[in-house]
Amino acid sequence: MEVPILKQGEVLIATVQAALADADLLQFRRALLQQVVRCRSMGVIVDVTSMDVLDSFASRTLREIAQMIRLRGAEMVIVGIQPEVAFAMVQMGVTLEHVATALDLEEGLARLNQRFEHAS
Amino acid sequence: MTVAMVRLDSQDDIRFHRGIEPVEPISILLRELVAHLRENRTQLREEWAQRITEAKLLTAMTPEEIFAEATSVYDNYVEALETGTFEALQAYARNLSERIIPRGVETHEVVGIVLLLRDVLARSLFAKYQADFTKLNRILDAYEPAANRIANTVAVGFVQERERIIREQQEAIRELSTPVLQVRERLLILPIIGVIDPQRARQLTEQLLRGIRTNRAKVVVIDITGVAAMDATVANHLVQTVEASRLLGASVIVTGLSPEIAQTIVNIGVDLGKMNTVGDLQGGIEQAERLLGYKVVPMAEAS
Repeated sequence: MEVPILKQGEVLIATVQAALADADLLQFRRALLQQVVRCRSMGVIVDVTSMDVLDSFASRTLREIAQMIRLRGAEMVIVGIQPEVAFAMVQMGVTLEHVATALDLEEGLARLNQRFEHAS
Repeated sequence: MTVAMVRLDSQDDIRFHRGIEPVEPISILLRELVAHLRENRTQLREEWAQRITEAKLLTAMTPEEIFAEATSVYDNYVEALETGTFEALQAYARNLSERIIPRGVETHEVVGIVLLLRDVLARSLFAKYQADFTKLNRILDAYEPAANRIANTVAVGFVQERERIIREQQEAIRELSTPVLQVRERLLILPIIGVIDPQRARQLTEQLLRGIRTNRAKVVVIDITGVAAMDATVANHLVQTVEASRLLGASVIVTGLSPEIAQTIVNIGVDLGKMNTVGDLQGGIEQAERLLGYKVVPMAEAS
């Protein structure tokens, strides 16, 4: 299952569907990096609103994606973590340390714009 | 020697042939008993109501209310005796309990009045069949198991209803005691007062996370001035709440930590870099406002 990645100006928006197998996550990581390079994006928003579970593998993969994107000089924001998912994650000790998070797409874009303004 | 072969059709026949009087089945006795209770309904109900007053039961209710309920209970009692089924009685007992528990009627009163009714009806049976001891025994054989089951059903129904109400009230109290309040755009305050056990901590977290999503909060101030102590488990819950809130894009400021709680948090080895704390609620709100880009200035004095 491929994750759709849309371009909006200097920002890429990737919307993750409900259940991603481990292989799909790795494929997503590859595809997203390629797009960041191709589009010279400054920011990436990963929307996980539809994910009803975020296990340790998904969390690690997302952290790695964030680090790789940062190496390209861009920033990643994860948006749409549901309350139940957040609760389950902290109970399992799965963290998204050093990865920016925001409530939803609107907030995520606002945060990226703030960064762009500071940078320019 | 000849053996007489006799065809026997029923148990009654055996007894008859043995020279013992035929015995009526229980169902016929019950019908007779129920008929008697129905015929004397007015008088027996009156006697029962009197006994209730004498025993000083149901003092929370007016005489009119007692009369109305007494009539219902009497009729349901007799019907349960007649049909031998108890579902209707169970439903009635729960319905009755739902009505009288808020009035302050207690378990011993409900059990008391049902047992009084049992006594009043039993006495009336003694009076009616006093001339025929054998018949009286048979009638009681029919009456007693049913009457006991009725008393049981009503008492259990009452207690179950009480427990259900208590559970509901506990739930309501728990929800009331953890309000999530919006004091500015994007700013929530969660004032916690009292004892936090793991269950309350969990409920708190769920309510807060839902509140963050609903109010699109960017900053949350959790004030624990009103919490005297916290064990390591609950302190961990607090840390988890802070982390979970961050996952929803909100930053948390914890205010009002008592020296004991500060000690607990240091002891469990929390990375204090993860926890943003301020001494008191006022300080916490001021910092939250700064984070959100607010500046509070006094209005210019009118000259």
